[in-house]
Amino acid sequence: MKFLDEYRDGELAQKLAAEIHRATTKPWTIMEVCGGQTHAIVKFGIDELLPKQIELIHGPGCPVCVTPLEMIDKALEIAARPEVIFTSFGDMLRVPGSTTDLLSVKAKGGDVRIVYSPLDAVKLASENPAKEVVFFGVGFETTAPATAMAVFQAAQNGLKNFSMLISHVLVPPAIEALMSSPNCRVQGFLAAGHVCAVMGYEEYFPLVKKYRVPIVVTGFEPLDILHGILMVVQQLEAGRAEVENQYARAVTRAGNQPAQALLKKVFQVVPRKWRGVGEIPQSGLGLAGEYTAFDAEKKFGLADRHVDEPADCLAGLILQGQLKPHECPAFGTKCTPEHPLGATMVSSEGACAAYYRYRRH
Amino acid sequence: MENKVNFTASCPIPISQYPHVMMAHGGGGTLMHRLLEDVFGKAFSNPILDTRHDSAQFTVPPGRLAMTTDSYVVRPIFFPGGDIGSMAVHGTVNDLAMSGARPLYLSCGFIIEEGLPMETLWRVVCSMRDAAKKCGVQIVTGDTKVVDKGKGDGLFINTTGIGIIEHEKIISPQNVQPGDAILVSGDLGQHGMAIMAVREGLQFESAIESDSAPVAAPVLALVNAGIEIHCLRDLTRGGLASALNEIAEAAGVKIAVEQKNIPVREDVHAACEMLGLDPLHVANEGRFIAFVAANDASRALEILRQHKVSSNAAAVGNVVEKSAPRVTLKSAIGASRILDMPSGEQLPRIC
Repeated sequence: MKFLDEYRDGELAQKLAAEIHRATTKPWTIMEVCGGQTHAIVKFGIDELLPKQIELIHGPGCPVCVTPLEMIDKALEIAARPEVIFTSFGDMLRVPGSTTDLLSVKAKGGDVRIVYSPLDAVKLASENPAKEVVFFGVGFETTAPATAMAVFQAAQNGLKNFSMLISHVLVPPAIEALMSSPNCRVQGFLAAGHVCAVMGYEEYFPLVKKYRVPIVVTGFEPLDILHGILMVVQQLEAGRAEVENQYARAVTRAGNQPAQALLKKVFQVVPRKWRGVGEIPQSGLGLAGEYTAFDAEKKFGLADRHVDEPADCLAGLILQGQLKPHECPAFGTKCTPEHPLGATMVSSEGACAAYYRYRRH
Repeated sequence: MENKVNFTASCPIPISQYPHVMMAHGGGGTLMHRLLEDVFGKAFSNPILDTRHDSAQFTVPPGRLAMTTDSYVVRPIFFPGGDIGSMAVHGTVNDLAMSGARPLYLSCGFIIEEGLPMETLWRVVCSMRDAAKKCGVQIVTGDTKVVDKGKGDGLFINTTGIGIIEHEKIISPQNVQPGDAILVSGDLGQHGMAIMAVREGLQFESAIESDSAPVAAPVLALVNAGIEIHCLRDLTRGGLASALNEIAEAAGVKIAVEQKNIPVREDVHAACEMLGLDPLHVANEGRFIAFVAANDASRALEILRQHKVSSNAAAVGNVVEKSAPRVTLKSAIGASRILDMPSGEQLPRIC
């Protein structure tokens, strides 16, 4: 397939791996921020090609995984209401809440539907005026503009039966939180290419300066990831700490400015709980100004609901790179994709799911 | 000569009178009798069915018999490349073929939701008739039930098939041997992506068509050519990944396949990439895998490629050794990983 197979070429991958071997003289710990990159690494076996001194640790960039338990519980409560059509991206449906998940709510008669774009949810609301249509807006800066556009269009069309349960999160505050933790072992980052396609990479310059850590904006195909790792290693070996862009075919320094303008119009930056991690200041997006009328938490009276995370799921440590999935005592025993303790086991970008699926033995 | 029926014009129950199936069509009275005679009896007519007895009676040639059953609940009923009727014939005929059997007879059970347009039923029945003719099987007995509106999804079909095994080979997972070559009969994932595209209203540049088709002919060609076939498996839900894992488990073997040898059409690959699905987990309806002795692999491929339905057949891997069951996949960049069964329903990813 064009624009894809070129970036999965086995020979080029071996060449890049050989270059990484040549460049590496010391042990280095590198975090790939995005869960999509984690899955590519495990799926293609990229880490098997690397020198033993390089440790990849998996970051918090799985939007499904970091959506806090209380938000899942709110979604479950709204979705079970008879007047509601609850819409969501597909991989939220298996994520366990305190007692159940959206697939089970659907099995019990809740009208839960998978949509591919938040705009499909807006369309559903126009077509079903007697129903309350709710969209579960989760994700990083990558999916936030589409959510923003849906709210914007709903407002323009004067839709009263549409609302959103918003749990959008931001990458740079998460990196900041990781770096300021005393347990942090990360020496270099692969930044998430698709987030940067929207936001650009201006935001990373202060982080590089403050923490003396290389950040390389990286794509998602095997050659992208190997190239990103090589660029981080070269910086580390040379004692440099800079922002570099491996994913130049999709990312510019300024990013997608119309998308950013829309985000500014519809959202405000708010503190946000991350599942397993806790609250990170200024790390989320919430509806702003006139658009708060579309806030499902307010509409359904759930804004003050708080739920504590269960103790036996160690997803928080995994999302912060302090534990590998297979090191968790519950991995593959108490916790499987069929009976997950946490979202990292069921999300298509979750590190536990990747380890379970591709290297269980 | 095949009697091609124009759906609307030739629907034998006057549409003006009964445009939709009613509860009475399953009630045992005149309306049901008319439905059985004028729709099913007319379309499927053959000497065995035409006796109108409670059970079909037939003699079978000498040999072992193969028997299988499957129920079909696809939504939508009509999709690019097929419909529930042709699929209900192909699927069951293909399951028979996986024993190396020549399919002979089918039964069919219809569960119809009240309100189904009569024309829809007729289209499906005609499609079954045409598919059965193409596969060389006769539909010799059947059943019809009508359920209340809202208690079904339009139309469910069950078919049971009987076939005759005219050779001495034992084709089963237990017969899989270390060293066996693994062949797939064609490119993967078309059916699942065709259904998903229609069901979810996804627009791709070109419509992906289901691969629903009968595969008995190439299988029997392998048998007749004396290929040492150890196991065959129809690739349906769960795709190649599920089939390989099931066989690895049943046979107690390690299986290794290579990504670059597995045929996937470009449009299917693109659709899967967009939705975050793995083509190796996606459903097929006209594909199978064959475990054959390594010495016979290239001859088997040649034979498969002579049939249109298996013209893209490819050797994708081999059975490594007797061991704890495991399937590994050599990735595009040459590293190895587990190829697992999908867990539950395939859900499109977030971004």
